[in-house]
Amino acid sequence: MSLFNLFIKSVFVDNMIFAYFLGMCSYLAVSKTVKTSFGLGVAVTFVLVVTVPINFLVNKYLLAPGALAWLSPKFATVDLSFLTYILFIAIIAAIVQILEMVIEKFSPALYSALGIFLPLIAVNCAILGCALFMQERGFSDIGEAAVFGLGSGLGWLLAIVGIAAIREKIRYSHIPKGLQGVGIAFIITGLMGIAFMAFMGIKL
Amino acid sequence: MSQFKKLLIEPLRKANPITVLVLGICSCLAVTAQLKPALVMGASVTVVTALSNLIISLLRKGIPARIRIIVQLVVVATLVILVDQFLKAFVYDVSKQLSVFVGLIITNCIVMGRLEAFAMSHKPWESFLDGLGNGLGYSLILVIVAFSRELFGSGTLFGYQVVPQSFYEAGYQNNGLMILPPMALVVVGVIIWINNSKTESK
Repeated sequence: MSLFNLFIKSVFVDNMIFAYFLGMCSYLAVSKTVKTSFGLGVAVTFVLVVTVPINFLVNKYLLAPGALAWLSPKFATVDLSFLTYILFIAIIAAIVQILEMVIEKFSPALYSALGIFLPLIAVNCAILGCALFMQERGFSDIGEAAVFGLGSGLGWLLAIVGIAAIREKIRYSHIPKGLQGVGIAFIITGLMGIAFMAFMGIKL
Repeated sequence: MSQFKKLLIEPLRKANPITVLVLGICSCLAVTAQLKPALVMGASVTVVTALSNLIISLLRKGIPARIRIIVQLVVVATLVILVDQFLKAFVYDVSKQLSVFVGLIITNCIVMGRLEAFAMSHKPWESFLDGLGNGLGYSLILVIVAFSRELFGSGTLFGYQVVPQSFYEAGYQNNGLMILPPMALVVVGVIIWINNSKTESK
């Protein structure tokens, strides 16, 4: 699959929110205004582009069955894949922490825009989910992993900005009392998901 | 109602983690197309929340506040690895179906949320009950969603046919839309609606 196809597929067809429901918690909590949700979306994309390739390298040279063969032929039979979760989440948490410090040092403007969202992201399921999907699908090189990260992040951004715009519009609508707030957000997301399913038929 | 019982019962309805606090939606919806994986997922999450609450509560005095998130993540990740290995050993087909979603229990906001909000400041036994209650509250919603999706979507429950053949002959059809991911969201939305209207009218 070419990189461009992979990109389109991960933005639209395998959309993190509409196809896999990943990162729903922050998606529902932060999508009240377009501005903040755009900030969070950019932060998620940013972290995905950095963490997915790094986790790809970790998976290839450390975790996959026989991955340690480059150290010495003696290790060729070692399979550390049961450590996947703990290593991935530790790497993600560490990278988010480092990113936060680097951004604060070099770009205060970006930090003031993204700063509050970064700690949230360490426990965003979309980040870990993307790393796990990357492992499951067995991408062949780091470029594919990076494009997959970028596409998934942009798909997530698209979804959260979309629902934030809708939620801003319906703020003064007459919604049945029990449905106000989260309830209607769920149903809107469902409807958006149905719309996004139109992309499923695209053959890439 | 005794205090312990309250800790266990309250998360089932009044403070349900999914419908009221809106936590942990991430991993829950993708596994609810059928009842069996939903049940397994609910049980796994209950085990992880209860035990991680217990462990963090035992450690709470020794964890430095600045690195507590990492400590919590490591404890949760270890428990999830145990659960994952257990599922692979005993119910391999379901664990294949759940694929990455077992791993995503780590980032399930219910687990982290309860650790932050409850286990860091309460005694071990209370924390254990709180974790158990929240896990059960989560499972409850999961099972309701999976029940309605499997029943209307494929006419089966646990893989057994429950809608009689004569219905199909009379023109009844399975609603294929229920199987698709977006309907899970709509079903949860409706559950929240019902729940909110009920609690408001009291």
